[in-house]
Amino acid sequence: MKCVGKNVLRAEGEDKVTGRAKYIDDLSFPGMIYGHTVRSSVARGRILSVARDPAFDWGGFTLVDHRAIPPGGRNIVAMIVEDQPFLAVDEVRHREEPILLIAHADPERLAEAVAHIEVHYAPEPAVLDLEHATTVLKELTISKGDLEQGFAQADRVVEGSYFTGAQEQLYIEPNGVIAVPGVDGKSITVYGSMQCPYYVQRALRLLLGLDETQVRVVQTTTGGGFGGKEEYPSILAGHAALLACAAGRPVKMVYDRLEDLVATTKRHPARIRHRTGVQRDGTLVAMEIEVDLDGGAYVTLSPVVLSRASIHATGPYRAPHVRVRGRVLQTNTPPTGAFRGFGAPQSQFGIELHMDRIAEELGIDPVALRQKNLYASGDVTATGQRLDGSVSAHEVLERALQRHVKKKRPKKKDGLLRGTGVATFFHGSGFTGGGEVKLASRAGIELTPRNVRLLVGSTEIGQGTRTMHAQIVADTLAIPYEWVETADPDTARVPDSGPTVASRTCMVVGRILQRAALDLQQALGPYRTPDEFRRRSRKLLAKRPALQFIAQYDRPGDIRWDDATYQGDAYGAYAWGCNIADVEVDPITYQARCTRLTAVIDIGKAIHPLLACGQIEGGSLQAVGWALYEEVVMRDGRMANGQLTNYIIPTTLDTPEILVELVENPYPHGPFGAKGVGECPVDGPAAAILNAIRQATGVRLNAIPATPEKIMQAMDAR
Amino acid sequence: MKITLTLNRKRRTVDVSPLERLLDTLRGALGLTGTKEGCGEGECGACTVLLDGKPVNSCLVPTAQCSGAAITTIEGLAPRGKLHKLQRAFLECGGAQCGICTPGMILAASALPDRPTREQIRTGLAGNLCRCTGYEKIYDAVGVALGTKK
Ligand code: FES
Ligand code: FES
Repeated sequence: MKCVGKNVLRAEGEDKVTGRAKYIDDLSFPGMIYGHTVRSSVARGRILSVARDPAFDWGGFTLVDHRAIPPGGRNIVAMIVEDQPFLAVDEVRHREEPILLIAHADPERLAEAVAHIEVHYAPEPAVLDLEHATTVLKELTISKGDLEQGFAQADRVVEGSYFTGAQEQLYIEPNGVIAVPGVDGKSITVYGSMQCPYYVQRALRLLLGLDETQVRVVQTTTGGGFGGKEEYPSILAGHAALLACAAGRPVKMVYDRLEDLVATTKRHPARIRHRTGVQRDGTLVAMEIEVDLDGGAYVTLSPVVLSRASIHATGPYRAPHVRVRGRVLQTNTPPTGAFRGFGAPQSQFGIELHMDRIAEELGIDPVALRQKNLYASGDVTATGQRLDGSVSAHEVLERALQRHVKKKRPKKKDGLLRGTGVATFFHGSGFTGGGEVKLASRAGIELTPRNVRLLVGSTEIGQGTRTMHAQIVADTLAIPYEWVETADPDTARVPDSGPTVASRTCMVVGRILQRAALDLQQALGPYRTPDEFRRRSRKLLAKRPALQFIAQYDRPGDIRWDDATYQGDAYGAYAWGCNIADVEVDPITYQARCTRLTAVIDIGKAIHPLLACGQIEGGSLQAVGWALYEEVVMRDGRMANGQLTNYIIPTTLDTPEILVELVENPYPHGPFGAKGVGECPVDGPAAAILNAIRQATGVRLNAIPATPEKIMQAMDAR
Repeated sequence: MKITLTLNRKRRTVDVSPLERLLDTLRGALGLTGTKEGCGEGECGACTVLLDGKPVNSCLVPTAQCSGAAITTIEGLAPRGKLHKLQRAFLECGGAQCGICTPGMILAASALPDRPTREQIRTGLAGNLCRCTGYEKIYDAVGVALGTKK
């Protein structure tokens, strides 16, 4: 009867394959009208006036600017720093910054009206990219040992700079919400596509000056997130709520693809610099690393992205002397934000290209160089974390080499240049450092006459939350998977389980649910069969109806972290991964293609192997897109290619064969040994592909995406 | 203007404005929200339906041009309460994650020949974007449903 480790049917799968699942744009409410955002057309400047064409008929429209924020509310998007307004007041700091909101019952009239609003600015000088940025929004340093001493021990010092571009999450369902005002005029309900209902609730409370009983947030079936629906929905929900309060009617705001692309968050562009001291035999003795991220115009979540980027900047390699300096710089571009991997893909792209450079300079095989320096149990990371148990850096590399070589194919004579590249990486599961303690997440279980129902704020965004949580609880209670249902993530129904981010939903929240299940078991007393479980739970329900068992995050005893010094156990556990990529480059068109990608990843325990593989395949392909195709072209501070015709994500024709192998090296504090899986697959493919391009063409690219233009320039410059 | 068409084997008459997109008619007046909009510009395939048996992007088709045509949406692929073999295979093989691409993907796949090769599957689905799966499990699902040899 055990279901952990088995590929049970996805809990909400039937609704999805039949088209019955209701996404936000599929819903409508009586009296509902449509909202639209008027946005800035300059990258930086003072707003002189907002003018409405007096000749236009404004009857039936609701218009709202920052003055509509009720007394007691604040014009601040609740995040880390209080710097970002919901609606601009007298200045704008980036293109597409929201200034005015407008709503009408007829979407066509709404579109017409927008053309009759004119905003006048006094433009000010703007900083449009990382290269020119000087204002530091956040800085941190991680150090270990004594860098100078390290360089003194080195036979050689190898330097390199590496660049990654912005990337759009490109969930196929754009951002959207519906805000429904309460009849009392003092409450609001927001439905929407989102990862973190409690983030949205907190933002709405601050904006409207309401308490948690007055703001209800419900996640609807969500068509992909990848980080893009972590913090952004707070802003959109705030806008819809302001319009709904002003109009006294439900307001739907669903972005079209263009608006979603030009206005919402992207992966932080990054510049990574390495200066590394190595000994002749390849031993790393000193690593000096600079990580610079382009945060855009406001702080948003950038400090946390920087933290993860910096901690992962050494890659999975030991070195006695390390200094990582991380910075987020401000530019007058739309704020960058969460995207699967959260900074770690950028910084590990840097180190993985740099490792190949070191190997080349020393004349050592890149695999051998990695084998020499990869973490093993007992090693100490740059933050001083001693890695014990569940360290699989060597194993994933070995297994990837075996798996990849086995599938070798005969060389074709077609003029294409071929190469193979490798990357090894790791990814911390859960929030960094003391984050999980601060979150103090809760999740629980309630009994129903027929079933148990999970009460959990974690959202299903395609990754399989519902299925995997139900499996964990079913096996913990020794009852059938089918007996476990899940309440919809609704802040009026479920506790705050923390955000659905950071590869924490299985390892951290799954563990909390497991503990709630154990509490339930205690209350029931011993039972031998599922039927006995049911009898006992009915008895218990008769005595105590509406019985809930809510558990809270409990820090595994051995974890410690000091935020001031950036020292300690950065993460409870790490996933370990290795990619090997085969690449073909056409010497005439300069198009590079990844033809085969092996991904071997240690996730502790695959609760649902099929879903876990799906996560790895999907994440890997996103990284292939980032490496080769996906280029955010900025012009005057605005994305110039805001359409799917010219922002290219991989189609079936661009997809390499993806070979996945799961390694299960259990983490004792994860449910059934599980660690995180969602983000790790994005960390390695881009570097493996660029290392393969180097082998195929002899040119070294240090920036992605590796478009034909970049490859041509590099090859012609030889 | 009034348009009569066959929707999921039933004759329906709808009143539409001249340039109305088939996608909006389906989701609006006809009340079938299983067909999704991902881009509105013919690039993502989320809005794929069958028009006289052939997959089309319903965001690019004016309803006015569908007079007399037979349209199949995800709601009409299988008899009520039953799953089409593609739907079952997508469910069992992990072909649907977030599910937003799934209705379009399944309809595009339903137009493939029997026992398609992996190459035929890839080519047949080239107009349908999926950001979640990396397509591998979609190929598997289509292969299982349509009897592709391993
Ligand atoms: S919505 Fe029609 S192709 Fe994207
Ligand atoms: S399953 Fe999410 S886009 Fe395909």
